[in-house]
Amino acid sequence: MTINGKAIKFGNNVDTDVILPGPYLVHTDPYELAKHAMEGLDPKFPEKAADGAIVVGGKNFGCGSSREQAPIALKYSGVKCVLAESFARIFYRNAITIGLPVLVCAGASGKVEEGDVLTVNLQTGKVEDKTNGSVMQATRLPEFIMEILDDGGLIEHLKRSIEPNE
Amino acid sequence: MNIIEKILANASGKKHVSPDDIVEANIDVAMTHDLTGPLAIKSFREIGAKKVWDKDKVVIILDHLVPASSVISAGLHKIVRNFAEEQGIKNFYDVGRGGVCHQVMPEKGHVRPGEVIVGSDSHTCTYGAFGAFATGIGSTEMAAVFATGKLWFRVPEVIKIDVTGKFQKWVTAKDMTLNIIGKIGADGAIYKGLEFGGSTIRDLTIDGRMVLCNMAVEMGAKAGIIEPDQKTLDYVKARTDKPFNPVKSDPDATYERVVDVDISELEPQVAVPHQVDNIKPVTEIAGTEINQAFIGSCTNGRLEDLQSAAQILKGKKIARGVRLIVIPASQEIYLNAVNEGLIKAFMEAGATIGNPNCGPCLGGHMGIMADGEACISTSNRNFIGRMGSTKSFVYLASPATVAASALTGTITDPRKVMEKVH
Repeated sequence: MTINGKAIKFGNNVDTDVILPGPYLVHTDPYELAKHAMEGLDPKFPEKAADGAIVVGGKNFGCGSSREQAPIALKYSGVKCVLAESFARIFYRNAITIGLPVLVCAGASGKVEEGDVLTVNLQTGKVEDKTNGSVMQATRLPEFIMEILDDGGLIEHLKRSIEPNE
Repeated sequence: MNIIEKILANASGKKHVSPDDIVEANIDVAMTHDLTGPLAIKSFREIGAKKVWDKDKVVIILDHLVPASSVISAGLHKIVRNFAEEQGIKNFYDVGRGGVCHQVMPEKGHVRPGEVIVGSDSHTCTYGAFGAFATGIGSTEMAAVFATGKLWFRVPEVIKIDVTGKFQKWVTAKDMTLNIIGKIGADGAIYKGLEFGGSTIRDLTIDGRMVLCNMAVEMGAKAGIIEPDQKTLDYVKARTDKPFNPVKSDPDATYERVVDVDISELEPQVAVPHQVDNIKPVTEIAGTEINQAFIGSCTNGRLEDLQSAAQILKGKKIARGVRLIVIPASQEIYLNAVNEGLIKAFMEAGATIGNPNCGPCLGGHMGIMADGEACISTSNRNFIGRMGSTKSFVYLASPATVAASALTGTITDPRKVMEKVH
């Protein structure tokens, strides 16, 4: 699976309250959530991400609450993948659960500039910055996580694994 | 093995586990609430599941927007309420029956040493105060737990934090917790466990231990945990007659590292905007103007917290231009606070009292901040926009520091206020 998109950059400790502010947690429609993605840092984010974006963050991306609505808001705003130096644990699991690829990519936050065109190969973990020519190696996702992503998230994955028994 | 490894080994039917092992653990208790529950229920239906794996192991608590703050949140409550009814879940705490989930869980006997507890809320790590392995998960993972009663975990490396020393007057468990967060950093314990020990931790009350474990997630930790002792057993046995198996770390348990903290000289601490690990001693930022002061939340809405704040506020008036909001964390605490005269002291000082719920901590309702305003709060996060406007400011501190600051209208060292009295 290869993902292409323009980079949108953020710094360290991007928390779930800026990814999706608490007052919007009452919404259950993912597209409504997407309208407020990253509102805490950049209210224009949904416009920028609409054509398909790859978010590049620093350390501890997604720290804070357990709200699954945070990765949902990113995914439905047009984000295809998140690269970061490190991820907060619950955000990381939630992103996989809802089918948003998240990769630890050491050095990406330094090498990639806002707007650079990136290509991410999920199988190999190879990340190419087509704008400046740099090539980076992200940590490859374990096989069972790739299976969940291939199925489009945990719900579809569970449906597949439960159905044959019924 | 350390305490976390032992609990995860027991829960997954293994004799031994080590960091980085992936285990599938049986879940003892699964908790959800009004903001993450509806999504869990939606996912539960989408998976095709019909019945929760064990209706007695599921706890549902309405606490984030309680009573309903809008037609939309009323709708969320209805979804959750109907689900509890349909599934026959008797551990359902509706409006007026419970309070903040992380207080209600132990209070109603749903937290026991040695258990594996998951909640679709990041502060589920609070229950580590009782020697349980407890961690926050997302809504869809909660749906999977509802359906199967199991969840996979990576056995975490554990950092041992040994705390020694006696607190100076008006320095509290919250100050110690903020100080530790400053030392470890907001990402210092990502994916890891934190085991808190040492003489200071043994001396802490149950309320104080809950403050510390509550904020383990603010260091990125998967769980914070304290070995159960007589205090733990006394608390738990008074609230449940279910059997449980307390677990302690082996003397030769291995840790990623051990961090020693001495709190003898510690002064009141404040986390300044907009990061939880941006810690300063109160003396360094004293005088910063505030518009609002909040005492409550799953971090500091307990009886000990209200007692400490009331001691400072009793017989005095809060400063003009300051809103003081006090929200007891549970019905039980609220009632005790009424009986002890704490609520009277707060009201006479000019405070607004809210019913037990999360209140303004996450910017939901009951004290949302406008552009340019500052709040000093006993809660757990000071992120941009956490309590309202993205242009507002949140300072985190102890109930004593928040109460003292409400009196002066600026961030104030509680020792200063109390020295004047005596």
